[in-house]
Amino acid sequence: MALPALLMFVAFAVVPLVGVLALSFTSWDGLGAIRPSGLDSWQEVLKDPNLPHSLWVTFEIMALSWAFQTPISLLIGVFLASRERYRGFLAVIYFIPLLLSQAAIALTFKALLDPNFGLGPGLDIDWLVQDWLGNRTLALCTVVFVVSWQFIPFHSLIYQGAVRQIPVSLYEAAQLDGAGRLRQFWNITLPQLKNTIITSSTLMVVGSLTFFDLIWVLTAGGPADATRALALDMYIRGFRASSMGPASAIAVILVVTGLLLAMLLRRLGGGRETTSQLEGM
Amino acid sequence: MTTTLSGERTARTTTTSSGTARKLLRWNWLGGLAGWFWLLVVIIPIYWIALTSIKTRANYYTTNPLLPPGEISLENYRFVLDSGFTRYFTNTVIVTLGAVVPAVIISFMAAFAIVRAGDGRFLRGVNTLFLAGLAIPLQAVIIPVYLIIIKLQLYDTLLAIILPSIAFAIPLTVLILVNFIRDVPKELFESMRLDGASEWRTAWSLAFPLTRPALVTVGIYNALTIWNGFLLPLVLTTEPTMRTLPLALWSFQGQYGVNVPAVAAAVVLTTLPILALYAIGRRQLLSGLTAGFGR
Repeated sequence: MALPALLMFVAFAVVPLVGVLALSFTSWDGLGAIRPSGLDSWQEVLKDPNLPHSLWVTFEIMALSWAFQTPISLLIGVFLASRERYRGFLAVIYFIPLLLSQAAIALTFKALLDPNFGLGPGLDIDWLVQDWLGNRTLALCTVVFVVSWQFIPFHSLIYQGAVRQIPVSLYEAAQLDGAGRLRQFWNITLPQLKNTIITSSTLMVVGSLTFFDLIWVLTAGGPADATRALALDMYIRGFRASSMGPASAIAVILVVTGLLLAMLLRRLGGGRETTSQLEGM
Repeated sequence: MTTTLSGERTARTTTTSSGTARKLLRWNWLGGLAGWFWLLVVIIPIYWIALTSIKTRANYYTTNPLLPPGEISLENYRFVLDSGFTRYFTNTVIVTLGAVVPAVIISFMAAFAIVRAGDGRFLRGVNTLFLAGLAIPLQAVIIPVYLIIIKLQLYDTLLAIILPSIAFAIPLTVLILVNFIRDVPKELFESMRLDGASEWRTAWSLAFPLTRPALVTVGIYNALTIWNGFLLPLVLTTEPTMRTLPLALWSFQGQYGVNVPAVAAAVVLTTLPILALYAIGRRQLLSGLTAGFGR
């Protein structure tokens, strides 16, 4: 009975995963014949100054969106965990950005941040009137912000669930010992959330490797390649510039980077996730 | 990641004295500030886009962006609907249903077989393969998928989007369903077997109805993902009549980008069905997902 699922999965996920490695040793324009070309694609990609650039852009987006999302999600998650009254209401609203297509989100922010007719000029808020998508630094920050707009609610819900698992007895004991609020946060909440922080960070970091729809619709990689991250670079090389060999090589780099990052974060977390959740009970 | 919320909740209410609960609230003002601030950050763009969609083009440039216009205009919606949106809507419904229904059915069959196999080596391997498959990003394999679709002569058809969508829905769907079917008491399967029922019959007349909550969860989750899918339609179709909604949005802004109220109406129209689906299945979706990841 497992056969249909197995066949579908092998045909459209496993075979392509092997296929992408094979294609990186060929030259193909996407329409004509596929010819073996040895290491040409890899040489082209590795010598191309665009590769370090898109790796760097990917890293910037990854690091900035992690640094921006984690503290806010953590704070909100802790807040949501204790405020019984608002939790249901907030959870409904918080989930909405996750439901929208990235194309819709990108279009919304594009219009909203328009320096001539967007929210800033409309409300006469000076700092909002900027060429958000036309300036290299600002465009990168905008991408990070819009990504966070979509995912902060999700991560705060993850943290909310985790905070609610922390036994109250720990706080009671700390209180008897005379520990203040801040101390309780540092010495109980944060250590107890260690595994959740790792899980949430893994999702953020590995997920940010594959950002495509959002950046493509928001900036199309511009201005001047400032937001041309790895996945976008692959699409542009392969499907716009019709050079599928080098694009496949980029895809392989994408997979390997993702695996390495996931393994690294797993190591940091010390392996299994669920076991230490109730540590110190 | 988490165990089920409901069990945890009862545990907490019994151990929480009102004193600690109140104090837990107090040190949270920073989180509270962040929470309410972020709520505004989330709501304003959504509110703004909905509001803009009912403004006329002239009104859009002259009225306060966050205040309702004097007269509500539906001309943008009419304009968008006249631009072929019903076609794209139908395409998206076909792709979503065409992928979700088979994906859930074959994943259920696989999950049932995996649970029933117990220590069976082959099916354990299949399960491991699906688990590993969770880590394969669609972006990374899109070029070979494109090649396969061309070889199958499916380029520019809705089936081209449907087939890979099914494949990429399988890992998570199987994971959640396996966790759920594992909880069906062994005795039920035993008594079915003693009654002489085949595995096939046991799957459909015992496990399938019992798994319904999880099936709804994964159905909704997959529907959300596939409805919003962008990369597959972008790469596997060019024909405008084959467009799905997210792709239509993208090309729509190319054509009518200066007409912001029309773009806003298009965004609202593509989003409404998904919000409706979420409204129906919210509880199911959230509880099902936590239960699925929990064990």
